[in-house]
Amino acid sequence: MIRSAFALSCFMASPAVAGEIWVTNEKDDTVSVISTETLEVIQTYPTGERPRGITFSKDFSRVYICASDSDAVQVMDPNTGEILHDLPSGEDPEQFVLHPNDRHLYIANEDDAITTVVDTETRKVIAQIDVGVEPEGMAVSPDGAIAITTSETTNMAHWIDTETQELFANTLVDSRPRHAEFVAGGTQLWVSSEIGGTITVFDVADQSEIGKIGFEVQGVHPDRVQPVGFEFTADEKTAFVALGPSNHIAVVNAETLEVEDYILVGRRVWHMDFNGDKSQLFTTNGVSGDVTVIDVASRTAVKSIKVGRFPWGAAYRPTE
Amino acid sequence: MGKDLAYSVIAGLMIAAAAQAEVALHVGYLSVYEDLPPTLSNLDPEPDDIGIAGAMTGLEDNSTTGRFLGHSYTLTTAILEEGDDHLAAAAALLGETPFVIIDAPAGDLLAIADLPQAADALLFNAAADDVPLRDDACRVNILHTMPSVAMRTDALAQVFLKRRWDDLVMIAGTHPQDTAYADAMRRSLTKFGLELAAEKTWAFDADMRRAAAQEVPLFTQDFGDYDVMVIADELQDFGRYVLYNTWEPRPVAGSEGLTAVTWSPVIEQWGAAQLQSRFEDQHARDMTGQDYAAWAAMRSLGEAVTRTDAADVDTLRAYILSDAFELAGFKGRPLTYRDWNGQLRQPIALAHPRALVAQAPLEGFLHQTNELDTLGLDRPESNCEAFE
Repeated sequence: MIRSAFALSCFMASPAVAGEIWVTNEKDDTVSVISTETLEVIQTYPTGERPRGITFSKDFSRVYICASDSDAVQVMDPNTGEILHDLPSGEDPEQFVLHPNDRHLYIANEDDAITTVVDTETRKVIAQIDVGVEPEGMAVSPDGAIAITTSETTNMAHWIDTETQELFANTLVDSRPRHAEFVAGGTQLWVSSEIGGTITVFDVADQSEIGKIGFEVQGVHPDRVQPVGFEFTADEKTAFVALGPSNHIAVVNAETLEVEDYILVGRRVWHMDFNGDKSQLFTTNGVSGDVTVIDVASRTAVKSIKVGRFPWGAAYRPTE
Repeated sequence: MGKDLAYSVIAGLMIAAAAQAEVALHVGYLSVYEDLPPTLSNLDPEPDDIGIAGAMTGLEDNSTTGRFLGHSYTLTTAILEEGDDHLAAAAALLGETPFVIIDAPAGDLLAIADLPQAADALLFNAAADDVPLRDDACRVNILHTMPSVAMRTDALAQVFLKRRWDDLVMIAGTHPQDTAYADAMRRSLTKFGLELAAEKTWAFDADMRRAAAQEVPLFTQDFGDYDVMVIADELQDFGRYVLYNTWEPRPVAGSEGLTAVTWSPVIEQWGAAQLQSRFEDQHARDMTGQDYAAWAAMRSLGEAVTRTDAADVDTLRAYILSDAFELAGFKGRPLTYRDWNGQLRQPIALAHPRALVAQAPLEGFLHQTNELDTLGLDRPESNCEAFE
């Protein structure tokens, strides 16, 4: 039943660019590669220890993987799965973001209260910035001028001037900030707080708070509704927010900041990414060890794909 | 104060920043000597810095956050030795700061809280798990970051009920701590509709390291069949020799075997791995429940300073007890304080030495306001009036 419903929605979608979703499996030391056409795992490649953050270079010729317990960012050839080399990353790299210049990786060093900036070409550390305790969420503005680190125990978004590699502002958010994204052409910053159970929306111009999004899943205690990763649709009018152990994705109207829908997915949903035309969303579900595929238009879960143990990060690359 | 009294001042990370800090919080840590009876095994020596180590990790966490806000934190510790006058030491410390984290037996804690110097203080009980401190002996100037023994026995009772292990027997030691644990366990079992089929008192004086294999099977034979054996042995004296020596092959829980604990090195979920590794890097050992309670006290103060931009007792106490307060305590839920007796609400780990088995409150144990209040004295059960 589910399969045929899915086939229909797939058929209706505009012919998508063939592509892959790469998923890091935190407790298997592997990445699973899912075909966005067949929705099956087509490759599994070994990585360093405890892979978490994952992102591609601009031309998709390289995939960067935070191997947290190997204290390295690994650079892999996505066509072969071969690890080309490691980048110096500082200790315990958890998440990172690639600057629009396609060279500088901003890396959160979770154990060290540091953000490390690495040049992927020279393979050298160009700056280390002291931030709050347990840095995690990383974002960079579309114009590349601002990088953000969120610190989980300090409960702040730290604003980094990418020219000077220095902090120019620190803004408090609710407990355990996990993920940050710039939206609306870089005029807004969204930060999710896992234990606080909220997303705070900032005006980037003056770092003031514009609004706050709360979540309420029927039948789930508010304490278990824990926003973590989130992504926006192509028109940026809608955000999909992973709510951790509540096992739901919230669909948020990015203009009114109201929650419009909740979608049941796998257990402990953490991060996500879209396919090429953003018609499908792939969520990593740590505890159930699978990836849920959501049809974006109908806001329904259409398939679960078994991957490795504790899937954490997800990143898309086109293959045509 | 005795001559052995160790007295030291530990500044936060950011001594340089302190000069320009707009808000400075000075915290005291007082450890009162407790004379405990010897135990059969020497396997688990207690670390010298138990508790303080947690406070120091909390201090560092606070200081790292504070430097972005112009807040500075310092810690003064007073570690008392046998024979030291704890009331004089407490009065001296309270002369320096009204914020004191205390590791002391219940009686000493109450005497300190009743000092005139403590009248307007904010004390944190980071060690005593006695139920009366959260009940009719509560004090308005004490908050409790250490869970009560009732919170721990309620956690175990939830496991027994959920697993349908309802045929229970208990062996209790004779130390006051064992008796208090056994009382709390009986109360918890009644609360969750369970009961003990039989009880025995441990009153051996043989050295069980040699005699356990002979004595324990015989001692447990007349229990007949049962589901779980509960051990009340809070000083970790004899319980370890009961495991695998019972007449019936049944699991052991309570003070030994499956234990309900404040914290354990086996907790790695909910971001706990970070706190564990931070602690281990700083102190070269595992974090204990007492370290966790002291860390939580220090972090509660830090969180309140961060959010209120103040460092006076009235503002911080009001904020900590308000709905706005929440502490991210690496237990998967926000931690808050019960405004009827000052107890920090927190999940309780059910663990054996190698893994976390479950975390209470277990799924299905519901509560009209907060599931965490299924653990320990709930508002209607507590006779604490000081907070009204």
